[in-house]
Amino acid sequence: MDEGWREKFKLKAMEALDKKAPFGNDVDLSRFTGKAVSRDAIPDEAPSKALEVGVELSEKKGGTYFQLDHSVILSQLASRIKGLELMPIDDALSKYDWLRQYYWKALSVEQDKYTATAELNRTKGYFIRALANEKITQPVQACLYIDSEGLLQAPHNIIIAEEGSEINIVTGCTVGSRAKRAAHLGITEFYVKKNAKVIFTMIHSWGEETYVRPRTGAIVEEGGVFISNYVLIKPVRDIQSYPTAYLLGRGAKAKFNSIIYASKDSIIDLGNRIILMEEGSSGESVFKVVATGTSKVYNRGQIIGQSRDTKGHLECRGMILCPTASVIAIPELIAEHSDTELSHEAAIGKLQEEQLHYIMSRGIPPDEAISILVKGFLDPGLPGLPENLQAEIRRRLFIIDRGLAKGSSFKGE
Amino acid sequence: MMLEVQDLYVSIDKREVLRGVNLTVEEGEVVAIMGHNASGKTTLALTLAGFPQYSVTKGRIIFRGEDITYKAIHERAKAGLAIAFQSPPAIRGIKLRDMIALAGGINPWTSKSDAGFVETILRKVNMEPSLYMDRELNVGFSGGERKRSELAQIFAMRPKLIILDEIDSGVDIDSLRVLGGSLREYLEANRCSAIVITHHRHILQYLKPNKVHIMSNGRIVLSGTYEELIPKIESLGYEALIKGATASG
Repeated sequence: MDEGWREKFKLKAMEALDKKAPFGNDVDLSRFTGKAVSRDAIPDEAPSKALEVGVELSEKKGGTYFQLDHSVILSQLASRIKGLELMPIDDALSKYDWLRQYYWKALSVEQDKYTATAELNRTKGYFIRALANEKITQPVQACLYIDSEGLLQAPHNIIIAEEGSEINIVTGCTVGSRAKRAAHLGITEFYVKKNAKVIFTMIHSWGEETYVRPRTGAIVEEGGVFISNYVLIKPVRDIQSYPTAYLLGRGAKAKFNSIIYASKDSIIDLGNRIILMEEGSSGESVFKVVATGTSKVYNRGQIIGQSRDTKGHLECRGMILCPTASVIAIPELIAEHSDTELSHEAAIGKLQEEQLHYIMSRGIPPDEAISILVKGFLDPGLPGLPENLQAEIRRRLFIIDRGLAKGSSFKGE
Repeated sequence: MMLEVQDLYVSIDKREVLRGVNLTVEEGEVVAIMGHNASGKTTLALTLAGFPQYSVTKGRIIFRGEDITYKAIHERAKAGLAIAFQSPPAIRGIKLRDMIALAGGINPWTSKSDAGFVETILRKVNMEPSLYMDRELNVGFSGGERKRSELAQIFAMRPKLIILDEIDSGVDIDSLRVLGGSLREYLEANRCSAIVITHHRHILQYLKPNKVHIMSNGRIVLSGTYEELIPKIESLGYEALIKGATASG
C-alpha cells in the first residue's frame, strides 16, 4: 500500500511527541512497547473477557471486529448485514482512496503526545460504515483486547454513518490476565452525515496497571444524532479522555452518557466537549459516578454555544462511598451567541442513610444494600443498548466489589 | 410470646423519647398503638425495627424468645420482624419488582426469573403487575400506592410480626379497604402478629385489634380493648382521656 499520503501526519506527529495534554497526568510512554508477543490462538479467557465488555465472540454473531494486541483475529460476516461495511482500517484505506480525507479530520494528529504516538505506532483499528439510508438494527461489535505485558496498543478507528443511515455500535476494550501493565491510545473518528444516527456504547474493563488515553472526535452534520455511552466499572491505573463533538449542521444533536464506578486507587479524568456550531443544534452530557477506595475522579464538561437557537446541558451526579475518594466536577459553559441556552447541574454527596436502612429493613445485609443502591444510582438505562447488555451491566454493577461496605463510611448497624 | 418489650428507654441525639415502655404481643395477636403526635409511636416502631439513630439506653426487646435489643436492622428482618413505613423513600434505578424479589430472598440481577413470584404478591395488594412491576420504587407513587408497595414487600418477606406505622395516612377509603382486607387475610393465614400504629380507628375496623394502647410522652399510659377505648377516644380526644386516666390511676 502506498503510505506516502500519511507522511504529512507523521511529520506533524514527530513534532508533537513531547506535547503534554492539558488534562491528566503525563504518562511516560517509553515504558511501553509496541511489540506484541505472538500468539497462535485466541487466549482461552478471551471470550469471557470480551463478554464482560459487551462483545460476544460467537460465530453466529455478525458484524464483529476483534483485535488482539495488534492482530485482527475476527472481522467477520459484515457482508451478512445489509448496508454495513466492517473491516480493519488498513484494508479500508487500501480499498477506498477517499477515506484518506477522513483520516485525522475529526481530531488533530498534533493534539498531544498521545495522538502523535498513536500515529507513529499505529496498530490497526477498525473501519465501520453504514451505507446511505440503511438502518442497521443489529448492534455491530468491536473488541480491542490487550494480551501482551507492557504493550502499547494504538488503534485508529473511523466510523462513518452515511446520509440517512442508523447504526448501533458496542465497543469493548479490555486486557487479558497476562497483561499486567499496558497502555491504550485509541483514536476514534466519527462522521455522522445528514440525518444519520450513531449510537456508540463503549465499555472499558482495564487492569490496575493500565494507562488509557483515548482520543475521540465526532463531526455531526445537519439533523444528525450522535449518542455516546461510556461505562467503566473495574479499576484502572489512570485514564484520561475528553472527546469533542462538533455539531456543524442545523439541528444536529450530541449526547454523552457516562457511568463510572471508581474503585481502589484509580485515577479517572473524563469529560467531553460539545460545540454547538450551527443553528438549532443541541447537546447534553450526563455523568454518573460512584467513587470508593482512594479513587480520584474528574468530570470535565464543556459546552460552547456558537449559534442561534442552540441548547446545551451538563449534568454530574456523584456518590462518594469512602472518605478517601474524591470527585471533582468542572463544568464550563461558554456562550458565544446571544441566543444560546446553556445550563449545568452537579450534585455530589454521600449515600443516603435513609435509603440504606430502608433496604436493610427488608432483610438485606448492609454491604448488599449498598451494592443495590450503587446499582440503582448508576443504573444504565442507556439509550440504544440491547436489553441483554443492559441486564449484564446491571448484574455487574450489582456484584462489583462486594466488600465495599467495609471500606465505606457507613455504619450499617 | 411473639414480642416482649421490657422497660424500654430510647434517646435520639441524647434526647430521651421513650421512657419505660412495656408491651407484649402474642402470636397471631393484633395490637394497636394510638396517641397524639410526638407521643413516641414512630420512635417505638423504628426502635423495634433496629434503626441505629434510636439508641436504647435501658430495657430489652425480646422477639420470639431472643434478645434483639442490639441486633442490626437486617438481622431483625431475617428473624421475621417487618416494618411498613409511614413515608418510605423513593429510590431511582430500583424497580418495585426488584425490591419485592429482594424482600423475598431472590436476587433479581443474578437470578433467572422472579416474575411469577412478584406478580402473585402484587395481585395480593391489588396492584396490576403490568402497570407497577417496572416502576421505580415509590417514584411518583401516590400515598395509597406507596402503602400498597410497602405491604407487597412485607408479604414477600413472610414475616411473623408486622409493624404498621400509620399505614392509613394519606390513603383514601377504597385503598384502605384493600390494605385492610389483604392484611387481615395475611395475618390470619400465617398466624402473624401485628403492631398497628395509627391516629384513626378506620384501619382498626379491618384489623380488629385484640388490644389498644395509648401512648403519651414516651410511655404507654392507657390500655384496653377496642370496644372500651375507641368510643372514648372519639368522644373525649386523647388529651382529656389521658388526663382522666392519669388522674384516676
